[in-house]
Amino acid sequence: MENNNRKSGTGVSRRGSWLMMLRSLREFKKDALLTPITVMGEVVFEALIPYEIALLVNEVKAGCGLDRILHYAGILLLMALCALACGYVAGITCARASCGFAKNLRQDVFYQIQEFSFGNIDRFSSASLVTRLTTDIQNIQNIQMAFMMLVRTAFRAPFNLLASFFMAWYMGGRMALCFLVVIPILGYGLYKIAVLSVGLFRKGFPQYDALNYKVEENIKGIRVVKSFVREETEIAKFDGTARKVQAIFTKGERYVALNNPLMQICIYGVMIFLLTQGSRLIVTTRGRLLDIGQFSTLLTYSFQILGSLMMLSMIMVMLTFTEESVQRVREVLEEASTLTSPADPVKTVRDGSVDFQGVSFQYEGSTGEPVLQDITLSVRSGEVVGIVGGTGSGKSSLVQLIPRLYDVTAGSVQVGGVDVRRYDLETLRENVAMVLQKNLLFSGTVADNLRWGNPHATRAQLEEACRWACADEFIRRACADEFIRRLPKGYDTWIEQGGTNLSGGQKQRLCIARALLKRPRILILDDSTSAVDTRTDRAIWDALATALPGTTTFIIAQRLSSVERADRILVLDKGRIHGLGTHAELLRTDGIYQEMARSQNLLEKEREKEGTLHG
Amino acid sequence: MAERKNIFSWKKAWRFFRTLWGFYPRLLPGILVLIFINAGILSLPGIFMQKVVAVLERAWNQQLPWAAVQPEIYGYVRILALLYLVSLLANVTYNQLLAVFNQGSLAKFREKLFTHMETLPLGYFDRHQRGDIMSYYTNDVEALRQMISQSFPQLCVTAVTLTVLLAIMLYYSLWMSLVVVGGSLWSVAITRKVGGRSARYFMEQQHTLADCEGFMEESINGGRVIKVFNHEGAARAEFDRVNQALFDVSCKANQYSNTLMPILNNVSYLIYIVVAACGGLFLEKQVPNLSFSGLPFSLAVMVPFLGMSRQFATNIQMISPQINAMVMGMAGAERIFGLLDEKPEQDSGTVELRPLEEGTGGRHWAWVLPGHGEKEELRPLQGEVHFRHVDFGYEKGKPILQGISLDALPGQKIALVGATGAGKTTITNLLTRFYDISSGSITYDGIPLEQIRKGDLRRSLGMVLQDTVLFTATVLENIRYGRLDATDEECVAAAKRAGADAFIRHLPQGYATVLKGAGAGLSQGQCQLLAIARAAVADPPVMILDEATSSIDTRTEQIVQRGMDALMEGRTVFVIAHRLSTVRNADQILVLDHGKIRERGTHQQLLAQKGMYWQLYTGAFELE
Repeated sequence: MENNNRKSGTGVSRRGSWLMMLRSLREFKKDALLTPITVMGEVVFEALIPYEIALLVNEVKAGCGLDRILHYAGILLLMALCALACGYVAGITCARASCGFAKNLRQDVFYQIQEFSFGNIDRFSSASLVTRLTTDIQNIQNIQMAFMMLVRTAFRAPFNLLASFFMAWYMGGRMALCFLVVIPILGYGLYKIAVLSVGLFRKGFPQYDALNYKVEENIKGIRVVKSFVREETEIAKFDGTARKVQAIFTKGERYVALNNPLMQICIYGVMIFLLTQGSRLIVTTRGRLLDIGQFSTLLTYSFQILGSLMMLSMIMVMLTFTEESVQRVREVLEEASTLTSPADPVKTVRDGSVDFQGVSFQYEGSTGEPVLQDITLSVRSGEVVGIVGGTGSGKSSLVQLIPRLYDVTAGSVQVGGVDVRRYDLETLRENVAMVLQKNLLFSGTVADNLRWGNPHATRAQLEEACRWACADEFIRRACADEFIRRLPKGYDTWIEQGGTNLSGGQKQRLCIARALLKRPRILILDDSTSAVDTRTDRAIWDALATALPGTTTFIIAQRLSSVERADRILVLDKGRIHGLGTHAELLRTDGIYQEMARSQNLLEKEREKEGTLHG
Repeated sequence: MAERKNIFSWKKAWRFFRTLWGFYPRLLPGILVLIFINAGILSLPGIFMQKVVAVLERAWNQQLPWAAVQPEIYGYVRILALLYLVSLLANVTYNQLLAVFNQGSLAKFREKLFTHMETLPLGYFDRHQRGDIMSYYTNDVEALRQMISQSFPQLCVTAVTLTVLLAIMLYYSLWMSLVVVGGSLWSVAITRKVGGRSARYFMEQQHTLADCEGFMEESINGGRVIKVFNHEGAARAEFDRVNQALFDVSCKANQYSNTLMPILNNVSYLIYIVVAACGGLFLEKQVPNLSFSGLPFSLAVMVPFLGMSRQFATNIQMISPQINAMVMGMAGAERIFGLLDEKPEQDSGTVELRPLEEGTGGRHWAWVLPGHGEKEELRPLQGEVHFRHVDFGYEKGKPILQGISLDALPGQKIALVGATGAGKTTITNLLTRFYDISSGSITYDGIPLEQIRKGDLRRSLGMVLQDTVLFTATVLENIRYGRLDATDEECVAAAKRAGADAFIRHLPQGYATVLKGAGAGLSQGQCQLLAIARAAVADPPVMILDEATSSIDTRTEQIVQRGMDALMEGRTVFVIAHRLSTVRNADQILVLDHGKIRERGTHQQLLAQKGMYWQLYTGAFELE
């Protein structure tokens, strides 16, 4: 998977990535353009102000009257106000542009992920998609900081540099040449420091991640740590990693700490050069080339010039840090969905019949044996089909082909006599309800979650679906005890993210109810009652039979008792059909089914025996 | 967030400082001295530059040749160069030392946090979410880093610079000083107002960001469900809502903070103008000067003020954000101290566990009871456990267990059966003393449980837990986690006993395969087999097994079961049973309901009672 990602990332220049990101500016383009323009205005005024101050100082020194001072002060005030206005507008537009950019980028990525098929999600993995949407965009949004810096400071710094240099040149003449010596030295030094430290920090981050992972692992596994009395060894391991982090980051920070002295050396050098040479120039030329006011202004400019260089090097460091995040977000944006509706889709599903014709299936990127091989199976509308088989026999893969969560590698799957690839995806999935093995509820109330199945469902419909799924007993039934089995506020009970405040069996039953609310033509239960006791399992079964008589139902289960009453049972083994028939038939003919029955029925028989013993 | 305000106290700051000082008793004062020296020196060059300019003016006015002023100017420049050199040396040294100090202190804080965290009782981890505990290590330590490496030294420099500037200004003129200070305070007021608003929005932004990220995380993790239910449209709409909210607040926050800089920058020019105007006014009106130098108002007094006014204003403006950063850093420090102040697990036990030398075959242990002034007593470890009328609750008034009594004789298998939340796991948590009982008593080989040292107690109890936790390490190291001095052969033997050997050999590097991400890449059953092997290598006399086989397919379940059975042989075992086949051959079955033991007896006896157990057994109740 990582390989694939890398492949898609290479070949295009990094600058290209940035340009692609900038596409997300959209309605904020105006702001993004206005920012550098206003920044330019601000910089020009700011460059002029020291010049104006120099004039003022000269006036003061010349011992002129208050009115002259006020005259210059007035001009200065005007300039300061102009600079303020430009700077203010720049600040506003820059915030809009950068926040807007982040907002749109987040939206682009999120929408893109909504388009993803199961195959796409597999390729990235959910965890990695979450990181890309959160951490990486956050990083780029710190390009909101960096972007702000990029637009604001990055435009500002070179402008400032040029404007100040121009003014210094204008005022100091040959004196300004000293900057031509200092700037390359400083620039090279800052660049070198940035490269060295960024390299070290890059090396340090995996260690830092390992450190945090160690903490997480210990919080999660604190029972294990404590029960094996391994606190000391864990502390030793942690200390080891902490020391490594310390060593690398100290080194990196020591490089960065050179920035400041380097700056100072340059400033001090320029100062001393200006003081000695400038003084000589003023005295010997009698102010023809340089007067005192200009001289002190030159000192001001020298600070500004070197300061903007410092900013430039900071931006460079920030950009290098975000480069990887940009790359990772870009991969998501460029990933094409592997499943789309056809151009002229079928928009109605005739009935709930399902036909598998010579179906083979293999997950993208996997090698070796296909997950499913040469499956041919016809299921009548309204039929109940049980599917059993060991882990990895292809049960889940088979049913996922029905709502076209994946496309077949060979052969075809037909629903209602039409190839699933010809349907409008939404139509198809509207008619096929599936309770996934890893069932998930979302933060919200119980009713909110149920309405996923049907947004317009009335309370009565919710209650009906819950009754069928045997979920009403813990939602509504008022028990005397204070125990977690009952939901305190019924349908308005808030479900935590991931449904952590429900038991496994409760979650499964809610998920079934949610699927039933869709009133589907085809219902697929993928190991959906594993945490439910046999009595409830049976009750759900009965309810389904009476409530949804015309619905084609596929039931995947580990427990044979969950499928034994199905019209037909499919036994899968290593992706192939091993047996097909009723419970009674398979007990006679199918080896795998017999074995499963033997291991599971042991208990049943015992029970019967005890029943006769004590009954 | 709001409660973070006004929490700055000198007591806490002092504690933090003392801790840092404790880390580096010599380095910290050294750095501080260097910072102060550097800041002090840096406020001096202005004076000498002014002197050079004064000389130039004299030369200008008196038409002096270069040769006449050169020695004087070069003299000042030489002093300047010297000052620069000293400052540079101080700067390089303290910056380098600070890097060492900063990272070193962070590492020490991390180690302190982790070391302390490992001693905390289990209750702490139950009460706090993982993310919250993690944020001590990430956000709070980061806040410390900012404070130690940036805000604090900057604040020192600023403070010194301001003091020196104020002294120089007062030397020249009190009136002008008042003008400068007044103007600067005005700009501080602006900073506080605009900056305060910005800070408020930034805090709001943190909340909105958390909401937004929470939503994104949930919808991506539930991406498959969204697809199955055609819920993409609704997800987009909801996303747009949170995303827009985030944009609104973050845009405001950044707008305030962005406009602050140009405002301050230009306010400093305004101050400059005001100073120039006031100076001109004072000169013209011949206002009598008040100063330490006793100089009358003149150009020589006024001109330095022009330069100093901006310097003063910029420095004073810098204090506000620095103090903000300091307060955030202190909040981080306070949270860290909060964790460090959490009470660690108490252990007043005196009874120790000691291996017996003459052990053959299995390993034998004995409790060492300290005698009263006499010889210590050795009592062989047998694994006999008695609970007498034990009550327990995590919180007062909410009992979880009530009146639990049970007797486990050496080698007996005790099965705990009951619904989720009935208190099965809690009983085992009391035995390991993860929690302490509220009343009643527990004895272990006749010794009251609280008299046994916790470490030794736990070493005598092997545990296989429902949520298997493996660590980032090789398979072999994960097994050896059970007993650190186990040889490779012993680990492999344990794996064989647990039935894990077969799949381990099929891993890419066999026993040397590195497990990442808590055993990602292994199936749940395989993780469990490793956990069993880990307990097997520890070879403890008493075992606690929390079976979880509901999500494992039947074939793996059989293998896991065989592993568990091997582990149970010849030991006292407490087993939290999810599979009734485990229960059947137990010596005692305890049926728990709402924290009380409702039924007890053997399988046969309980079935005969036709009570709860019988109902469970016939599938009328669910266990999970």
